[in-house]
Amino acid sequence: MHLYNLTLQPPTAITQAIVGNFSGARQQEIIASHGTRLELLRPDPQTGKISTVISTDVFGSIRSLAAFRLTGGTKDYAIVGSDSGRIIILDYDPKTTSFVKLHQETYGKSGARRIVPGQFLAVDPKGRSVMISAMEKAKLVYILNRDAAANLTISSPLEAHKNAAIIHHIVGLDVGFENPTFAALEVDYTESDQDPTGQAYENAEKMLTYYELDLGLNHVVRKWSEPTDRRANLLLQVPGGQLASSDKYDGPSGVLVCCEDHIIYRHMDAPQHRIPIPRRKHPLNNRDRGMLIVAAVMHKMKGAFFFLVQNEDGDLFKVTIEHEEEEVKALKIKYFDTVPVASSLCILKSGFLFVASEFSNHYLYQFQKLGDDDNEPEYSSTMYPSFGMSDPTRPLPAAFFRPRPLDNLAIADEIASLTPILDSKVLNVLPNSDTPQIFTACGRGTRSSLRILQHGLEVEESVSSDLPGIPNAVWTTKRTEEDPYDSYIILSFVNGTLVLSIGETIEEVQDTGFLSSAPTLAVQQIGADALLQVHPGGIRHVLANGHVTEWRSPTNKSIVAATTNKRQVVVALSSAELVYFELDLEGQLNEYQDRKAMGSTVLALSIGEVPEGRQRTPYLAVGCEDQTVRVVSLDPESTLETISLQALTAPPSSICIAEMMDFSITKVEPVMFVNIGLQNGVLLRTVLDPTSGQLVDTRTRFLGTRPIKLIRVQIQRQPAILALSSRSWLNYTHQNLMHFTPLIFDNFDYAWSFSAELSPEGLIGIAGSTLRIFQIPKLGTKLKEDSIPLSFTPRKFITHPSNHYFYLIEGDHRVIGDDAAAKKLAELRNQGKDIDDEVLELPQEVFGKPSGPAGTWGSAIRIIDPIEAKTVAYIPLDGNEAAFSLAVVPFSARNDDLHLVVGTAADTLVSPRSCSSGFLRTYQFTDDGAGLELLHKTETDDVPLALMAFQGRLAAGVGKALRIYDIGKKKLLRKVENKGFASAIISLHTQGSRIIVGDMQESVSYVVYKAPENRLLVFADDNQPRWVSAVTMVDYNTVAVGDRFGNILVNRLDPKVTDQVDDDPTGAGILHEKSILMGAPHKTKMIAHFHVGDLVTSIHKVAMVAGGREVLLYTCLHGTVGILVPFVSKEDVDFISTLEQHMRQENSSLVGRDHLAWRGYYTPVKAVIDGDLCEAFARLPTSKQSSIAVELDRTVGEVSKKLDQLRVTTSGF
Amino acid sequence: MLREPIRRAKNVLKGYPRLPWQSSELRYTANTQLEHLHARYTGTGHADLTKHEWLTHQHRDTLSSIVGHPTLTSFLALADGDSIGRVKFEMTEKMLQPCGPPPRKDDD
Repeated sequence: MHLYNLTLQPPTAITQAIVGNFSGARQQEIIASHGTRLELLRPDPQTGKISTVISTDVFGSIRSLAAFRLTGGTKDYAIVGSDSGRIIILDYDPKTTSFVKLHQETYGKSGARRIVPGQFLAVDPKGRSVMISAMEKAKLVYILNRDAAANLTISSPLEAHKNAAIIHHIVGLDVGFENPTFAALEVDYTESDQDPTGQAYENAEKMLTYYELDLGLNHVVRKWSEPTDRRANLLLQVPGGQLASSDKYDGPSGVLVCCEDHIIYRHMDAPQHRIPIPRRKHPLNNRDRGMLIVAAVMHKMKGAFFFLVQNEDGDLFKVTIEHEEEEVKALKIKYFDTVPVASSLCILKSGFLFVASEFSNHYLYQFQKLGDDDNEPEYSSTMYPSFGMSDPTRPLPAAFFRPRPLDNLAIADEIASLTPILDSKVLNVLPNSDTPQIFTACGRGTRSSLRILQHGLEVEESVSSDLPGIPNAVWTTKRTEEDPYDSYIILSFVNGTLVLSIGETIEEVQDTGFLSSAPTLAVQQIGADALLQVHPGGIRHVLANGHVTEWRSPTNKSIVAATTNKRQVVVALSSAELVYFELDLEGQLNEYQDRKAMGSTVLALSIGEVPEGRQRTPYLAVGCEDQTVRVVSLDPESTLETISLQALTAPPSSICIAEMMDFSITKVEPVMFVNIGLQNGVLLRTVLDPTSGQLVDTRTRFLGTRPIKLIRVQIQRQPAILALSSRSWLNYTHQNLMHFTPLIFDNFDYAWSFSAELSPEGLIGIAGSTLRIFQIPKLGTKLKEDSIPLSFTPRKFITHPSNHYFYLIEGDHRVIGDDAAAKKLAELRNQGKDIDDEVLELPQEVFGKPSGPAGTWGSAIRIIDPIEAKTVAYIPLDGNEAAFSLAVVPFSARNDDLHLVVGTAADTLVSPRSCSSGFLRTYQFTDDGAGLELLHKTETDDVPLALMAFQGRLAAGVGKALRIYDIGKKKLLRKVENKGFASAIISLHTQGSRIIVGDMQESVSYVVYKAPENRLLVFADDNQPRWVSAVTMVDYNTVAVGDRFGNILVNRLDPKVTDQVDDDPTGAGILHEKSILMGAPHKTKMIAHFHVGDLVTSIHKVAMVAGGREVLLYTCLHGTVGILVPFVSKEDVDFISTLEQHMRQENSSLVGRDHLAWRGYYTPVKAVIDGDLCEAFARLPTSKQSSIAVELDRTVGEVSKKLDQLRVTTSGF
Repeated sequence: MLREPIRRAKNVLKGYPRLPWQSSELRYTANTQLEHLHARYTGTGHADLTKHEWLTHQHRDTLSSIVGHPTLTSFLALADGDSIGRVKFEMTEKMLQPCGPPPRKDDD
């Protein structure tokens, strides 16, 4: 078996984001790291919308990012620290819209290792050097400079190692133009490793150390080292140094040390200042744990600077420093606003704050004000004796603030993010859909949601209005060539034509020169300022002065098809003749002297737009009833001569020639595509060879059940094609690559571009008797999202066999559940405590639920109607219980009545796993599944992490034990048990009497249930440990497993073992077989292995397209959705794997990671081909493409066709 | 236990002096060589390594690997209801003494 891995949706989590002028223009951009991808985002300061410029897979794990600008430069570079053991400097090239690797310096082994740098990056603010550091000991300093040709140069590394030092954070100090200095937060473990009493560990000090790079001597010295707070976690650069023009200091220099509950200002030879981090004035918050700063940003403005720091609840604080020259007078903090907890904060000079959320959607906020003159209490270091440092070992008196809705910030834009996907299902529940949807349970806490992902583009409707009849076609047109917007909407009915003018209102007009008593076949703004209407009886040429020239079709012949552009008109007559007209220089339409007899009725015609600077387009495509498409020349030398002919499988219904950019074919000029829609719903996309006129590189796609209509439209000022069948599709160019995506909207009968002042980029369509104007806002996306909000982090959800509802369990650790919170509040009220109701009523989606100590849980069961996208029932759990697993079980002891069993546990601690008691809650369905009624609760000794229906009973994985329960009157009755599993059972699957058990640490085991002896016997397992996170059965002998380190693998059991086990009636044979490697007597064989790079949370075996092959679809924690496609032929495997080998050579990773090593991170990659790498073929330079194609004995077109076909036929994407 | 995979063993020592057992001539300089290697590669074992030392190294490797892999920190943060920043901080803090104080030496 060979598999082809394709990513359908790349990871959406942002692990780090940096801001800078990466394209060298005035506008600032953001580079976001998605863990394994780099994305360049461009916020538009006018509209406040953020758009993706490029996004590339780096085939490595990005651990740190820093923006960097050489002294006096105007362009920022990105420095990347990754797991490649190399430091990388990237430059964004706006010309080719790609990242260019400027430098790649190797310093160590690959992997996220303890002493190999890459974890932290710190740059000198003056752009002279960079420090890259490991988690322990190793720190390297590189000097950056420019050479005579102004190119960036990098020195060999200087070591700033300190043995036995654990590094918490590093930062570049702002020292102006003195020697570059870096500050590091380090703890030395030498003494605590030697001291058996543990005293040295207690006394271990966290040191703030300055490393100075002596530019003169070219080495790094440890300049200063002082102990600081033991719970410090983060350093922040404080501006410093003198301005060149004046003697004024930018700031005092030094660092802010963020600690648990405090922030300290430190600098060499300067007094310390300490302030507390204020806490929420919330009656329920747990006060026994300190608050950490998890994200921070410093912003410099003219003559001033401030910091925004964020705590674990998402509260932002503004920190300011009052200073006189280099001397700090006061350090101040005050509450700013509350936003989602961020992995990175970026402030843009245009007044925006980008919040890259840890989980769920990312936001762009606009600053309304800077919180300068409000009534928020401000805490200053001057309020405490000796600036808060009189006794550094004791905390300062607690400071408080009242959380409130956004005041200083306003939301400008939102970027959807699926992170984290915790569970998913793939099935088709929506009516009118022929492809399955992906349902993902995502998000964290109160910001979580169940999202419905549908393949397609989102459509935004702006106008929908009813028409008097049912039109067959619609056009819009300008009046003259120079008009910015369209002036008329022309609707063609069976017996007439209606013209509407677009103004402040849309109303009917009569005096346009158009014939209203006949249907229309084509409308065109022709020449400089004339209009053209083609109707069955002839052609009307309406000149600017209102004069109409008319060409009438010969008697007894009518026009059946027409195609037009700015200078040319071709019509087909019912006698199967073509008539060709061309505009002369005076603006007169002239008929070509000959008519061309086609010999078969013409069904469709198309010519392309006139290329810029030309008189005409040289080709006409004619589709005839005899199932052929002919390319006819319109060149003056050979007018109306047939150049080539292509046979079709069905009569054509529509043809459309469009010149579009597609980098996978050529990077120089647009390609002339001839799209042929057939009456059976198949679309053929061919390329018209510009020199020979032949149709080459044909690709087919099934669009729907109705005959296809093709319409050339404008999307973002680029030509695109709308293909209408039983679904509407859009074929467009995005980031120079061709996309073909369905629109998620009603079916259209006809559509056209629509451009007006209010919707410059719109489309207009008719569906039945309604006229609709709409836009496509999110080009480039492939999945449309709809979401249903949840109240806690979703854990698992299941479907019901007979109704369409979803049953979902959600739960959060360290969160007080709603019942417990209400009880506690009532208690506080009884005690006569003053309770601030306004704070309690703050929206929980933003401010979260009140937090509790470890062991507190908030949890609920939810019933969701996925069709209506709403919650049907919500059942909170009481008694500090949290739900971990659920199953719908048809108990045969109750006549196969369906019951919902939910595995819960009370007072659960996650690590080490413990609970006061586990429970199996058995519910009966009420109201056809829309409600639940608790029958009974069965106690268990451990947390039940996996449940499953098994032969009319319940199979439960309770801690290390696999049990089978039957239903009883007062509780579930334990029937059989096997306690021999290694750590904890986290997943159960079954076929027949076989159960596949996924263990948390020890991979999957095959268990058989032998009913006659009532035994559960483990007969096969894996020969290596696996931290299983998701399992699915591919067939009776085969499982696909995802593990916690981002691997996906397929294991198979020898069918002989299956026969042997299944033929053994009692299982006595297995019981007495010799165990191998201290485990089961049989081992599975690994047949495929691949490192995805994201933690796999679910795997499904599904068919993504109607009638397509079954594939393995997986979802991952950071939002990745991908598929593994089994290859069907040996030739394909050979071909694609050879292509992959070549791609490894040509397309080197942006972070310098070896591709083969990356995909085989923990275990060498086996029998899986990386489709993402293969698809990068489309972006390679033409010369490389052709050299690879030559090696493969194919043409470039054939290679990209094969790749395209693999994607389309299996995923439909 | 999670450690970064150890592969291509020969590359580890590429460019560095050959190990004593690879050549008999170097047998007498074995100690200085080993010390050099230990200083350079924190976490390399030796013949007198105690169980506690070995375990501490294993844990430190594991902890730093968790901090270095964004998906793992996200996963732990979700499971434990903490922020990613807290998970990274607590993991790094734990590296100081992951397995408790060393056992007392018998001969003291």
